[in-house]
Amino acid sequence: MQAKSRRKPSAKKVLVLVATRKGAWFLHGDAARRKWRVDGPHFLGHIVHHLVLDPRDGRTLLAATSTGHLGPALMRSLDRGRTWQEAKRPPAFDKVPEGAPGGEKGRVVNHTFWLTPGHASQPGVWYAGTSPHGLFRSTDGGDTWEGCRGLNDDPGYREWMGGPQDGTPDGPKLHSVIVDPRDADHLYLGMSSGGVHESLDAGRTWRPLIDGLEVVEGFDASQVSMHDPHCVRLCPGNPDRLYQQNHCGIYRLDRPGTRWERIGAKMPRSVGDIGFPMVVHPTDADTAWVFPMDGSMVWPRVTLAGKPAAYVTRNGGRTWQRQDQGMPKSHAWWTVKRQAMTHDGRDPVGLYLGTTSGELWMSGNEGKRWTCMARHLPEIYAVEAALV
Amino acid sequence: MKVLIPSPLLSYTSVREVEARGATLGALLSDLDRQFPGIRFRMINEQDRIRPHMRVFVNGEQVMELGQPLAPGDAVQIIQALSGG
Repeated sequence: MQAKSRRKPSAKKVLVLVATRKGAWFLHGDAARRKWRVDGPHFLGHIVHHLVLDPRDGRTLLAATSTGHLGPALMRSLDRGRTWQEAKRPPAFDKVPEGAPGGEKGRVVNHTFWLTPGHASQPGVWYAGTSPHGLFRSTDGGDTWEGCRGLNDDPGYREWMGGPQDGTPDGPKLHSVIVDPRDADHLYLGMSSGGVHESLDAGRTWRPLIDGLEVVEGFDASQVSMHDPHCVRLCPGNPDRLYQQNHCGIYRLDRPGTRWERIGAKMPRSVGDIGFPMVVHPTDADTAWVFPMDGSMVWPRVTLAGKPAAYVTRNGGRTWQRQDQGMPKSHAWWTVKRQAMTHDGRDPVGLYLGTTSGELWMSGNEGKRWTCMARHLPEIYAVEAALV
Repeated sequence: MKVLIPSPLLSYTSVREVEARGATLGALLSDLDRQFPGIRFRMINEQDRIRPHMRVFVNGEQVMELGQPLAPGDAVQIIQALSGG
């Protein structure tokens, strides 16, 4: 099927940024996206949670790093990864004095989990989501960071955020920080767990966006803290449309509406609609991809029956098609994390996904056929693709 | 006084042993951070607590508080409790 709007082929090359549990690797593509030059490791032995190139200048890279033992560090490169400097003031919560009212214990950032460049009109602005939940903002290209108190310190949000035990097995994650391309003050974010939220005033105040979202059976969907969005994406081709892969299904939201529709209900019953990543087409808001995983019983979170496949919708979620050409046909028990599937923005769209077993796969034709770009990498945490 | 640096922090100091000053452990770590920007936050969190896998010994005795007094000539060892894979 053809994408609805054909764009002029991009002459730019693709740089794929792979963040892993043991360092980062860059893969530089040729113009045809067939040959890839591997550059790495960067930060060998460090956990790299997210690695993002600033699309506004094409050279600033931020890397959210930590190790198993040291405190977290946020690394910056102003020359697309040739040299790195450590952020002078990384994301960190405010110090709470001893004997604070109510026995308040100060929170500690375990690691920065998510990085989002700010609006095109605000060069130097970045947002960071942390574990445990915290939203931070930089106005100097990631060198110094301030907490967004309207979220981090709001009593209602503090309750919805819960404690360190109220999140993923690797800790609570604030993720999917989205800036509306039409309005720098309009933000979205997700909290695992803690729901999807929106701000209309650059993060000073927030409100939940959870209507229509389901929660684990037996729990109360009106309780914000019960909601677990895994990955939320805004469609550049129609910024009024959001897609979401949630712990409990795949959803679409068309603004100004506020009720999510479970479009994953149209996925094949034998596959279901559970997974982590969500990818949206750069121009066609009806097209989105997911990578379903097994959400039964103890939540194996691997490909169903060991047969990996992406699924695409070309009509906003009314129907889905399986895309597994080139992928293993059996005994491939992949897990793809929420930051580990992305696109490159070219036409036709290139798709990329990384597995926790260290394989990097791509499709240069919008998912019709997949090829393995790299294997034997460490556990892949995040994959981003940039045009350079 | 002499401060022994663990290998995971050599990216800051380049050498295993450095000189730093301070009347308390907190002051000593601030002096280290002045010389090697960023090193303190890797060891001490934003609530001024020693991170879980860090250990600090003064003259062979483990200390837990940043207010621990130090004297010129004390030997400070910063140790990383390594684990995991």
